[in-house]
Order: sequence, then C-alpha cells, then structure tokens
Amino acid sequence: MALLKTSELTKRFDGLVANNSIDLEVPEGSLFAVIGPNGAGKTTFFSMVSGFLSSTSGSIEFDGRDITRVPQHEIAAMGLVRTFQLVQLFKGMSVSENVEVGCHLATRGGVAASLLRPAWFRKQELEVRQRAHELLEFVGLSAHADLDAELLPYGQQRLLEVARALASEPKLLLLDEPAAGLNTQETEGLAEIILKINAQGTTVLLIEHDVALVTRIAHRIAVLDFGRKIAEGTPDEIKVHPEVIAAYLGVEEASNA
Amino acid sequence: MTSPAITSAKPPATKFASRFDRFQVGLLGLAALAVVGTLIYGGYLLTVMQLAMIYGVFCIGLNFFMGYTGQASFGQNAFACIGGYGSAILCVQFGWEPLLALIASMVIAGIFALIIGYPTLRLRGHYLAMATFSLGLITYDISIQWTSVTQGYMGYAGIPPLGIGSFTVDSERWKLVVLAVILGFSFWLSLRMRDSRFGRGLRAISGSENGAAALGVRVPRFKLIAFIVAALYASAAGSLFAHTVGFISPEVYGPQMAVMTFTMLFVGGVGTIVGPIIGAVVTSLLQEVVRGSGHFQDIAYAVVLLATLIYAPKGLSALGALFRRKKEA
Repeated sequence: MALLKTSELTKRFDGLVANNSIDLEVPEGSLFAVIGPNGAGKTTFFSMVSGFLSSTSGSIEFDGRDITRVPQHEIAAMGLVRTFQLVQLFKGMSVSENVEVGCHLATRGGVAASLLRPAWFRKQELEVRQRAHELLEFVGLSAHADLDAELLPYGQQRLLEVARALASEPKLLLLDEPAAGLNTQETEGLAEIILKINAQGTTVLLIEHDVALVTRIAHRIAVLDFGRKIAEGTPDEIKVHPEVIAAYLGVEEASNA
Repeated sequence: MTSPAITSAKPPATKFASRFDRFQVGLLGLAALAVVGTLIYGGYLLTVMQLAMIYGVFCIGLNFFMGYTGQASFGQNAFACIGGYGSAILCVQFGWEPLLALIASMVIAGIFALIIGYPTLRLRGHYLAMATFSLGLITYDISIQWTSVTQGYMGYAGIPPLGIGSFTVDSERWKLVVLAVILGFSFWLSLRMRDSRFGRGLRAISGSENGAAALGVRVPRFKLIAFIVAALYASAAGSLFAHTVGFISPEVYGPQMAVMTFTMLFVGGVGTIVGPIIGAVVTSLLQEVVRGSGHFQDIAYAVVLLATLIYAPKGLSALGALFRRKKEA
C-alpha cells in the first residue's frame, strides 16, 4: 500500500516549471529516494508534500487522505515530518532541548498545564527528557546533550536534526539532503542510522545528491531532471538507465552547448 | 509514548544542570542582596527599588515575547497603560479592592492583546516592531485625549495601595517587600512556563520558525499566546505602579516606558532566565548612580549602556557562559 502518493503534482514559479506533473508512490515501510542534479526540483517537491509550499495543480495523498490543501501543521500532526537541506537547529537551546521540541506532536498541554503541573504533565515531562536521551544515544550524541546546539560540528548538527524529527514519531520521515556537507566517514554513519530508522518500521523518503549512498541503501529510486520525473526503479535499474546517465553526465547538455 | 527499539539505562540529566547556571543564580543572589540592603538603608532608594521590582515584572513578560519567542515589540507599554488606568479607575471611581482591580485589569489587557495580536502578529521583523510601536503611541494618545475617562494630563491621584481587606501595605519598606515577593512569584511562574512543552515551543520559534513548524508547533498560535502572556505581565506591572506610587498620568506609560524596559531587557540579557530581573535592578540603580554626575548624567548613562552592549552583547546574565566559552577555546 502506498503511504504517500502524488498525482500530476505541479509547481510553477511564474514562468518556471519547478515540478512538472510528478507521479510518485511511496510504499509503506520502504526506503525511497529521490535523486537528481542541482535545480531538478527535488526540494520543491519536498516542500509541497510537507505543506510548506502550495502546489499549482495535482494532488497529494498521505495515509489514505488527500492532503493537497491541508495546512502544514496538520500534515506534521498526521505523521509526515521533514528535515531541511539547510540545517534548522533551534539556536539558544541545548542539544537535548532540541530533541525535546521534537516531542511536541507526541505530547500535549499548554500554558495552564505548565503552570498547574498535574501528575500526567510531570510524568510526560520526564518521559520527554528520557526520550530525548534515548534518541541522542541512538544517533550517538548523548555525550553532548547539555551543549548549546549551535556549538556542534556541522555533521553532528545534521544528526541532531534527524533525532529531532524522530522524536515526533513520524510515519513518514522526509530527509532533505541529509548527507550534504558530510565527509565520507560521517556519511557512512548517517547511512547506518537511516537504515536503522527504516528497519524499525518508519517509512523514509530521502532526497540526496550522493548517488553512491542512495544506490546502496534505497529500495527504490525516482530521478528528477528539470522538474520532470525521468525514471523510477530499483537501484540496479537506475544505475544503467540511459536517461539518468545522460542527466548526470550531461550528454544532451554537452551536445547542445 | 512508544520508543522503537532504543534502549538506555542512564537516566536523563537533572533539570537545572544545563538550564540555570551558577552564574545566574549568583546574579539573582546579588539582586536579592540589593533589595535587603535597600530595606536597611531606606530613604529614596526604597522608591528606586520598588520601581525596579515593578519593571522586573514587566520585563519578565516582555522576555517571553522578545526573548524566548524572538519577536519584536516596542508597544507593551500599551498594556501597562491598560493595567494602570484599569486599577486607577476601578479603585478611585468605583471603590474596588486593589487586588481585584489588578486582576480585572489583567483580564481586560489580555483580551485586548488577543484582539490586537491576532492581525498584528502576521507581520515580521521591522514591520512588527513598527506596528507594536504605534500601538504604544496610540494608547499614549488615547490616555491624554480621552479626558472623560482618563482625566488627561491631570491623571489619577489617591490610588489606594495594595492590600487584602482592612490590611493595607502602607509603609515604603513593606511595599518593597511585597513587590519583591510578587516579582519572585512572577519569576517562578515564568520558569514553569519556560521549562515545559509550551516554553520549548516558543524558544523553538525564535531558533527557527520553519524548523518549529515542521515539528508541528503551531507558530502563529504560539506567538499570539506569548504576546498575551507578555501583555498580562505588563498589565500587572502597570497596576502595581499605580498602587505603589498612588498617582498615574499618561507620561508614566508613554513611549519612554517602552524604551526603558527595552533597555533593561537588553542589559540583563534577552532570552536568558534571570535577565529581566537583573536588567531591571541594574538599570534602575545605574540611573541613580549617574544622576550624581549632574549635567553629564545622560552621557554617562549612555556610555555605560553602550559598554554593556559591546562587551556583554547577550546581556549581563550571559556573561557566565561567555567566560566559560573563552576558557574552553
């Protein structure tokens, strides 16, 4: 069954067609990747799916419900949570607190609860702290729990963002170029974490530049180029797909230039 | 909450370990000492410290909106104005109990904040700053022009001091004690709100609005609530001023109040836990110290403030963290 399904999803920025009629089905439990050269429209696609951008036409279905015009926070509450290509850490908060914010959707209570602190609220606060600790251990950051999040090295900031997204217990986790700017060793660690997340039952939709990484871990890959989906298949199929090779090596562009 | 196959035996860090460093506790201790010292010394300093406590309450609220949530507001004096005039009118014209008048004014200020904040908070950055600043100016003008209600420049005199039933706080020393206790209580409430799901949501917004939204924080709603919280604190401060001094006029809640509290918050440390209190006490005392320099008092005041902003850009309360970072580096 498809957890996420887009039909003829299109986004126009004035004259520019960033996404042109994209059909995609992400099966539940899969590790799905979207790849493509710079400017192919990957992030635009992500932003529409997660509700940060409205689509020009087409539809998006998540978990059996049409979410094309659903506000962003409701989409997140349904279990579709994204990370960002440019890390969006909460400055001024500790590493642990960053993850605690991630528990927002999985918890409840507002001003009144925070002032009165009934038993369930105190218990929930403890659980949140415990959960943050577990997730930091999971991504290997528990030693830095009390550090100001801004002070983390870049590679670890990316891991923190993943841990934070996991705290909201998503059904579908959207990772926007999580390996961007990481060295080989860090990418290796990240790949392992993504595989573990997927093994625990979370569907993962990944945008990536690093083709080697994607072909190694993804079950299925869709390729975007100039806003169109030019191919979809298993990693082995994609690796030998003529259009994909052309897009990446720039055969057509080279001959046009 | 379920946790997918992640195991750990180690309990999470204690609550205050990372959130409340020793330096900040020390600063709070110094502020308490200043209050005790003033109680012993007496005289004019009592009034200075009373006002410092009142401004402290105002700044704690302002810190929720400007510090934790990271939004600009130069118009919170409007809500202090509502609080002050609410207290004055209810007590002087209708003979209400001061405490009841204070609470009723807070409710009114809260409703105003809801109505004004809902459209205004869609603005960001400089636009929000302009809009809130004009809110303060408009309120100031109303308090001057609407003479049938506010008595214009004459203001209100004879506002009764705080008290319960027949017991009223009359002496200047007791007023300071009561205000210090109220400030402590306000601070305690602010801590409870800060260290909770709500407070974390606010601070996430100032860190990254997109990031917070992606995790399901309802950004517009949280901003609005923070604005209302700030308004409630401001209103309480406005009422406290009325009951402490016994006299109010439009000038008290004018734009000068916005500038003053803004300065306090930045000196103490925007977004820090104890910053609002430290800023209020230090700035209030500083004004008295530089007063001794006669003609040069404004210059001296400005020099000290500039020095603070240059050498302690995150405010006095963040100095501890600054030193620690230098040592580590």
